[in-house]
Amino acid sequence: MRWGIVQFPGSCDERDALRACGLAGGEARLIWHEEGELGDVDAVVVPGGFSYGDYLRAGAIARFSPAMEAVAEFAAAGGPVLGICNGFQVLCEAGLLPGALLVNEGMRFVCRQVDLLVDGPNSHDMGGKSAHRRLSIPAKHGEGRYWAPAEMLDALEANGQVAFRYAPGQNPNGSAREIAGVRNEAGNVLGLMPHPEHAVDELSGSTDGLRVFESVAGALA
Amino acid sequence: MTPAGADAGVDGGPSLTPPPSTGAEQPAAYEVLGLKEAEYLLIVEKLGREPNGVELAMFSLLWSEHCAYKHSRKLLRRLPTEGERVVMGPGENAGAVDVGGGHAVAFKVESHNHPSAVEPFEGAATGVGGILRDVFALGARPIAILDSLRFGELDSLRSRHLLDGAVRGIGHYGNSIGVPNVGGEIYFEAPYEHNCLVNAMCVGLAKRDEMVRAAAAGVGNAIVLMGASTGRDGIGGASVLASAELGEGDAAKRPTVQIGDPFEESKVLECCLELLGKGLLVSLQDLGAAGLTSSASEMASAGGVGIEIDVARVPLREADMEPFEIMVSESQERMLAVVEPDRVGEVIAVCEKWQTGAAEIGKVTDDGLVRVLRGAEVVGEMPVEALVDGCPLYDLEPAAPEEWIYGNRVTLGADVSAAETLLALLAAPSIASKRWAFEQYDSIVGSRTARRPESADAAVLAIPEADSAIAIAIDGNGRRVACDPYAGTVEAVLECAQNLACAGAEPLGLTNCLNFGNPEKPTPAWQLDRSVQGLADTCEALGVPVVGGNVSLYNEGPEGPIYPTPVVGMVGELPDAGGAAPSAFAAEGDAIALVGPFEPTLEGSELAKQRGELGPGLPQPDVAAVAAACAAVRDAVRGGALASAHDVSDGGLACALAECAIGSGLGCRVDLQHLRERGCTPEEALFGEGTGGFVVSGERERLEALAGDGVAVLYLGRVGGNTIEIAAGDRSLSLPLADAETAWGSSLGERLEASA
Repeated sequence: MRWGIVQFPGSCDERDALRACGLAGGEARLIWHEEGELGDVDAVVVPGGFSYGDYLRAGAIARFSPAMEAVAEFAAAGGPVLGICNGFQVLCEAGLLPGALLVNEGMRFVCRQVDLLVDGPNSHDMGGKSAHRRLSIPAKHGEGRYWAPAEMLDALEANGQVAFRYAPGQNPNGSAREIAGVRNEAGNVLGLMPHPEHAVDELSGSTDGLRVFESVAGALA
Repeated sequence: MTPAGADAGVDGGPSLTPPPSTGAEQPAAYEVLGLKEAEYLLIVEKLGREPNGVELAMFSLLWSEHCAYKHSRKLLRRLPTEGERVVMGPGENAGAVDVGGGHAVAFKVESHNHPSAVEPFEGAATGVGGILRDVFALGARPIAILDSLRFGELDSLRSRHLLDGAVRGIGHYGNSIGVPNVGGEIYFEAPYEHNCLVNAMCVGLAKRDEMVRAAAAGVGNAIVLMGASTGRDGIGGASVLASAELGEGDAAKRPTVQIGDPFEESKVLECCLELLGKGLLVSLQDLGAAGLTSSASEMASAGGVGIEIDVARVPLREADMEPFEIMVSESQERMLAVVEPDRVGEVIAVCEKWQTGAAEIGKVTDDGLVRVLRGAEVVGEMPVEALVDGCPLYDLEPAAPEEWIYGNRVTLGADVSAAETLLALLAAPSIASKRWAFEQYDSIVGSRTARRPESADAAVLAIPEADSAIAIAIDGNGRRVACDPYAGTVEAVLECAQNLACAGAEPLGLTNCLNFGNPEKPTPAWQLDRSVQGLADTCEALGVPVVGGNVSLYNEGPEGPIYPTPVVGMVGELPDAGGAAPSAFAAEGDAIALVGPFEPTLEGSELAKQRGELGPGLPQPDVAAVAAACAAVRDAVRGGALASAHDVSDGGLACALAECAIGSGLGCRVDLQHLRERGCTPEEALFGEGTGGFVVSGERERLEALAGDGVAVLYLGRVGGNTIEIAAGDRSLSLPLADAETAWGSSLGERLEASA
């Protein structure tokens, strides 16, 4: 398993993702945002952080980078892509995932451990493969309120594209229908706001995040 | 202590633009710039002529309190700075201690008080930016931020505004740059109403063989300015203005507050670490207060060389900047490096990769002068020695005040029941949970955070590179220092040591930020003198070296000085990050004991504050006895003998027990009879404060085994149930755990969100 982790100027969690991919099994390397070729990778992680400072709108500039153009091609060819936090925002901006992420309902950055419920009946899909139906994973973001038009939300639910929801009472940002993560229609692109790469060893308080990486790896099998 | 810094202040009027003509007699230019007449005459003597405008601007900044430490440098000589593990001490951008495995941990705390009092968001944000640069200037990757904040009482709209802005600013900068904020403290006291305190501490990790010093070296080497371009922001803000009291017209000083750009800093940080990893830099220094003026002069001074800078080669935001503006601009996110001439191309290539600026703006010379050029024209030329070390150092004229100068306010009656008193203390903003604040900070990025805020007495970070871990604490209760500057400062150092002991950590080094009032007045001078003595004596007794720090004076408003507030940051090591004890109780049925020489009194306590009974005086701490208790607790934590460990601090033993209970969701049933045998009243046993106490839980035999070698252990009771029951004679109390949790857990957030 060879993981590629896209690194933009302003990425913050790329080294954590690198470490998590290693713990989940396999080799991992960083892909500089100016690289137009992903090289020999089996899966791509678009990590958390504040790409290009996120000054215009979270993820709005990163989507235009050469590396993201390559990620779009990789995804179109069925390659598995995991977007975490800022990576989720970038994937939404790039049109690889449906919906948008707005400023948190409370108008503040929130860093908090949350429980996620693994959603969707399609156990072969990424994120849904886990036997662990409830995952304890930290969330940390200022713009994480998932939003899409009502008819799109209906369609996402009908298609089994909702990957994770916040457990009842734990929605930290006012996301529509408690949605914490979604996948694309084909099922090979997954994005979520909470950070599985920060729940990969006992020292961090939970190892549930490994399940997310393993399910991405498992999607190849 | 290193004079480089980012503290900027406001007020006092000094401005580099002359005041509008009023027809009245104009003050001399040097007076406008904050220099005394005698100082000006000394400059003339050292130059052998009158300084020109550029030179006067540069002298006025480097001879300000902020850069020259002219009222504190003599006192700071008392501090012990040496130790076996010290890698870098005062005089560098930050201090550093060895943590094994070829690695060192660098750390420093610094203030950004006056800018935050004027514009809290940007003031606090750039405070974080400045301390980060101090740490990566050494070649250390920042791995943690802590902050120590002081505001007026929460019922003041101004205090809520300042708190909200400062917390947002700290979060904005730290979150964006990907450095976790792992702990800190916030106190609310009326004397900070006008002059809030924003102190930020950064901890970094470096490979020892990649660390650099700030000293310029190598005649003929190039001076390269990296990072953001230079604009008019912060001109005159820092040094002169940090060296004056706050007062009327502060709002008009907003333009002197710098604006931060964490994205730029993120790029500069990664760029500098890559440059150092490749061995491309001879030395590196951040640009803080007084901008290029102080960075260049201090690098030259430390290296015993001269420096020549051509302002025409400095990348500018505004084309028409004057040479003096370029030299004193405090634009953020800039670094100054010394580079060998044939490596400049490689340096610029790395900067281009990170999309950050780089310009060769000068060279190292052998003439001992700071020479400022504009193209071929010399616009300023001064001896380095005169600029950096020429400022006269002043002796303080301390005098103890005859009475309590800070006033009193009654918010709690003496006839309130013990249970209601405990609730009032738990709900006090200074004691209540700071969750509202720390949830706005990313506390986990970097994958090192083994103990998140409020889960243990100290922050704990894994250092797998050295097969080790560190614990970090930051403390400083200004109210108690106000009561007795010496004893209060001793307590601040001891509280850090106690916090580390709870994590199983042994202190390696200490940094401090001395926040005081106007040192030219007798009372603040006395407070500063006594406080530094307490700091020196305690560090000496504990064998903990002071590796760096910062001094912030002139913290006064129209009502007088702030509480004297030495903020102490301590870093220690522990063998295993997973071994740190939690603060909260762990299991039903565990025994609870009080360890250490805790002899509580109501003097200087939160209860005395609420009752309006504050006054001068504190008991003198027994440092040796507290050190012995720290060692016993540390060894027990390392040996896995304790299920929990928490120091007794604000609000006394009752609050400490309640915090242990709330954190675990487990009640407790204890009897304070044994403590009362030390001579305390029931009320002192419950709510009295003092140094040296630990609340520990676990198996009774293992707790009692801590006794010996001058360490006292008192069995108090058991963990369990859903009430906090404390037997204390006629002040015995029983409080439902849920009520305590509500008071402690939601007071701060509710009061802030309600007013938002």
